[in-house]
Amino acid sequence: MSTSATALNSGPKIVVRRQALVLSGLMSAASAMLIGSMLAIWLQFRANAPLRESSDGSKMLRDWLPESIKIPEVATNTMMLTFVITCIMVQWAVYSSRRADSKHVTLALGVALLTEIALINAQIAVYMQMDIGVRDSSYTVMFYAVTATMSTLIVIGLGFTLMTMFRSLASRNSDHDLVLAHAVYWYALAAIFATMWFVVYVQK
Amino acid sequence: MTAIDMNSVMTKSDTVSGTNLFSKISSWLLTTSHHRIGRLMVSVSLLWTVAVVVVGVVLGVERISSSTDLIDPGSTTQLFSIFRVGLIFGSVAPMTLGIALAIVPMQIGSQVLAFARGAAFGAYLWFFGMIIVGVSYIGNGGPGGGDPQMVDLFILGLGLVIAGLLVVSASIATTILTSRRAGMTLIDAPIFVWSSLVTSISLILTLPVMAGALIYVAVDHSYERSTFGATDGINAWIGWALTSPQIFLLAVSTLGVLAQIVGTMVRGRQPLRGGLLIGIGVMSTALIGTVTQSFYSLQLNGNLSDVAKSLLPFLLFNALPMLGVLIVLGLCLLAMKNEKAKPSASFVLAFFGVGMVLTGMLGNVLLRINDLKLSNTVFEEAVLVYVGYGVVLSSLGAIAYFGPRIWGRKMPTMPVIGLGLIGVLGVVFAALPYYIAGFTDQPAGSISGQLGDNSQIWNSVATAGQTIFLVFVVAFVGLVIKSSRSGEIADEAIFETVQANS
Repeated sequence: MSTSATALNSGPKIVVRRQALVLSGLMSAASAMLIGSMLAIWLQFRANAPLRESSDGSKMLRDWLPESIKIPEVATNTMMLTFVITCIMVQWAVYSSRRADSKHVTLALGVALLTEIALINAQIAVYMQMDIGVRDSSYTVMFYAVTATMSTLIVIGLGFTLMTMFRSLASRNSDHDLVLAHAVYWYALAAIFATMWFVVYVQK
Repeated sequence: MTAIDMNSVMTKSDTVSGTNLFSKISSWLLTTSHHRIGRLMVSVSLLWTVAVVVVGVVLGVERISSSTDLIDPGSTTQLFSIFRVGLIFGSVAPMTLGIALAIVPMQIGSQVLAFARGAAFGAYLWFFGMIIVGVSYIGNGGPGGGDPQMVDLFILGLGLVIAGLLVVSASIATTILTSRRAGMTLIDAPIFVWSSLVTSISLILTLPVMAGALIYVAVDHSYERSTFGATDGINAWIGWALTSPQIFLLAVSTLGVLAQIVGTMVRGRQPLRGGLLIGIGVMSTALIGTVTQSFYSLQLNGNLSDVAKSLLPFLLFNALPMLGVLIVLGLCLLAMKNEKAKPSASFVLAFFGVGMVLTGMLGNVLLRINDLKLSNTVFEEAVLVYVGYGVVLSSLGAIAYFGPRIWGRKMPTMPVIGLGLIGVLGVVFAALPYYIAGFTDQPAGSISGQLGDNSQIWNSVATAGQTIFLVFVVAFVGLVIKSSRSGEIADEAIFETVQANS
């Protein structure tokens, strides 16, 4: 190491600009690409599924979703609504954080945490009500793969909420960037779930 | 331009006071220094490079004559798979990202890496993932493997590798976007930084696509084993990530390395610097082709309307990335006309590295012309070798250029140039014969049977090329180690060029 190099002036001060927010944005983009690619393959398989006659013989149907499988629409629609509530809660946290109101930040994140647990609970309810095996058909293999991946992203978000909440509990009022990053992740997750909900649960 | 205070760049773990072996090892293993994380990744990826080239030599020897029996015929698919997976995920991707980890914070004047522990975690995920991938191949796993548990292990290992590279890419991109020194805009950032940003964001957008396909394959393989083609389906579903245009994204940084070196050689701002940024950006359009997981071919038979219909996507997905390389190459050669330009040894490696990548891209264009019938021939393998080995050449050029700025000792000029030329010879010999053999219909992924006319000649030359490249890599690594320990002390001037705008 050339010691003379250390004698030169050091560079200008580094201005760190919203690292957590940028990372959250990048990870949200990666999550969108992950689920997006899985849904693209899902749509490809659905489009290429063989045709069969309907039970009354009046029309041709894609042989995709086995007739025995019923999607529990109440539970899946509840999940979608729970995502909306979660987004409102995380926005409340951002609003409070901007005003350095750590009590409200903690409260908002606490409620968000509960709604996120409710999301996991609803996903388990969907699995229980459908009562299908992974190896039953092509559909079930893909159904479990895409929904379990989505659930994993929710669990990661839940961990993110826990971390942000604990920091807020410790009265870290300077954490606005982190609260905003947390909100960005959950907004992205809500948008991703909305797409998945439409493709997998509504269009089937 | 301000020089970097090298000591301030180092974190605590860089200057650990312990003298015993344990403390030295632990200071490396638990480091948050971007230098060390980058150097760990580059070092391990060089080992993988050697391993991959050895596999290339073995496959070449098997192809020369059917009487040679180095490998079990049942392992052929796995060996070809080791070559591809090892080259992309063991060598090229981590080497590119490792160099970016080590250099980028220095160039933007940041003392630390954003989420340095995350980057270290990512590097270890990649490291252990590749070990699992290697173990699964040894245990008859991988694509085409006979042991289902080992195939599952392969999928797990590849998943870890993807996750690791994703985390490292995110750390690099976040560092560039958030931790530049005051007053440095993205447009002002050194060209290597720009290329690293493009590479890392491209990987953040494309690796999850591969992960999505891999999750389906994993669930399918563990339970039903038919929807996604079981063991043989792995190649079908993730194969696109091991070939063009995905490999072009990993070659984006070669343009940054070349432009950075040329910028230093001409001692000033490069003319039409905006053009360089555009060129690198245009090359990254390869990601559009990647995320669609499809190949776009040119149909020359049929009426004019059919040809036109296939021509547009063909040009967009195959020729546009090549245009980016041509722009950067042209601008670099234009800059070299500057009479103040002072030759640099690392330029040889960087220039020919980009040249090899360009040759690979040209081959890819030919490959996608259906009437030439080059698909499923060794022509495909040659494209991978040109681009993959081209990136390795360029990365070693980057080590020759940036290395002395890290360890403070010069690399000798003539040995670097000599070895560089040997490396170029190795790549040309390893790949060009397969371009020719592709036109004689030598099948890809096959070591026996009808290998086509004059196949023995082409296979012999290609094997010689692989051997030369192996010698080059080993000798270059030896030279780097020797130079970093006992090379001539570098003068101050080189530290000033680390941040220089090219």
